[in-house]
Amino acid sequence: MIKQKIVLRFPPHLVEKPTIYHLIKDYDLMVNILRADINPKKEGRLMMELSGSETNYQRALEWLRELGLHIMGLEQQIIWRAERCTHCGACTVICPTEALAFNRPEMTVSFDEYKCVVCELCLRACPARAMETLVDNANSK
Amino acid sequence: MKVNRSIEEINEKIKTGKAVVFTAEEIIEVVEEKGLERAAAEVDVVTTGTFGPMCSSGVFLNVGHPTPRMKLNDAYLNSVPAYAGIAAVDLYLGATALPPSDPANRNYPGDFIYGGGHVIEDLVAGKAIRLEATAYGTDCYPLKKIDTSFRLAEINEATLFNPRNAYQNYNVAVNLGPKTIYTYMGVLKMNMGNANYSSAGQLSPLFNDPLLKTIGLGTRIFLGGGIGYVSWHGTQHNPSAARAENDTPLQPAATLALVGDLKQMEPRWLRGLSFLGYGATLQVGVGVPIPILNEEMMAYCAVRDEDLQAPVVDYNRAYPYKEGGELVRVSYAELKSGSITLKGQKVPTASLSSYAGAREIAAGLKEWIEAGRFTLTVPSAPLPSVEAGIKLNALPQRDPEDREVK
Repeated sequence: MIKQKIVLRFPPHLVEKPTIYHLIKDYDLMVNILRADINPKKEGRLMMELSGSETNYQRALEWLRELGLHIMGLEQQIIWRAERCTHCGACTVICPTEALAFNRPEMTVSFDEYKCVVCELCLRACPARAMETLVDNANSK
Repeated sequence: MKVNRSIEEINEKIKTGKAVVFTAEEIIEVVEEKGLERAAAEVDVVTTGTFGPMCSSGVFLNVGHPTPRMKLNDAYLNSVPAYAGIAAVDLYLGATALPPSDPANRNYPGDFIYGGGHVIEDLVAGKAIRLEATAYGTDCYPLKKIDTSFRLAEINEATLFNPRNAYQNYNVAVNLGPKTIYTYMGVLKMNMGNANYSSAGQLSPLFNDPLLKTIGLGTRIFLGGGIGYVSWHGTQHNPSAARAENDTPLQPAATLALVGDLKQMEPRWLRGLSFLGYGATLQVGVGVPIPILNEEMMAYCAVRDEDLQAPVVDYNRAYPYKEGGELVRVSYAELKSGSITLKGQKVPTASLSSYAGAREIAAGLKEWIEAGRFTLTVPSAPLPSVEAGIKLNALPQRDPEDREVK
């Protein structure tokens, strides 16, 4: 068994294909969609957790790559620019998964990208704008 | 009191490298260990620090004259408007100023991605600043339009002048309403989803000299990474606020107006900020040295987060509409623990001012003093304190006939 959080980037010509259907039907994977959006350039982004047998998972990824989808780990989506962070802590009460946490007694902020679910609430809640996403998507400005 | 030390004596020790200096955080243990009298006898200076958003901040600039000369009338720095209603090429750029093109809260909640505070940060960082200005033209100042750029080193003066900084205590903001609100105290989630505060507590300058016995006009300080001075009491200065037995205020109270040469400051300690749904501002690093003149000042500087109380205020109704006062008071020790209990509910807390930054400032100022690079000043005049009996006014609301509007 394997369980992975991944992000798929869809080029415009693949946005309307029923990709998830095949992941379930042909590769017997359990799909838990965390988030999906399509930007004005009609590029799609899908964040999900996949679980199933190791073999099926690897075959599915191969199929997705062949289709022309770009696959990234979920933890690569949100970037904490440490040099911009002033360690105030304002983000830590906004982050729903404690990926952004306040360390005591150091009184500093830290970011655990593996806990991040890419809700993107921190991007705008951080007054110093130390949180960034490299992905151009419909929900970030 | 057995200890009676003068600022002149302290400065002599600083010059010979013999001054004993602790930060306002370190001194707590020193006093616990040695007792008040011995600590007062041994310690010369306690350094404080704070690094928080301070909207009432800005910079006076003299950009020099172009050829032909010009009397700036409508001026923009990186598209952010600067006040030009003073002499020809003098400007004042405020931290919260926004470009006219910023959608502000028309696109609620607005991002306020670039404002006056960001221009100040870029200026200090040595980046090129675009100046676009127009003028009506006069016989002595004929030029009517300019579009140019300059860097901090190329202009005559850049004087940071902050009318209100270093608030002595502040509200803890919560939202009792049914939806998220966007305030100068940050994003406040509905039904007390979080409680935001903004003070360094035991490290904060005015919590360590609560009655302004040593901080006065001309006090030399750490400002924005360089040296600055206390130039006046700050706007909305309210030393008459209710106080605890240790003389520290239980509400927002005293404030300071600060001044300093921007050219010797650092972008690390002057940071442009964007408060979602509220506006742009500047995060300012301030550190004030407190001379330990006697046991009384030692006792003030030994104040701990446990002994400092802040009022919890609802920013959904109570604050904006002046409906009702504080919900409860909590200590900075509770706030810094990560959660407080309000109405039986555990509410996560977050700070808007950086305690790590405050620590670094207090430690930096301590280093300057120990190295003999920074001496203390005798104030030229005291700032108004409790005995001044200051009362905060609300703006009168009258119709054009000067009649009160109810």
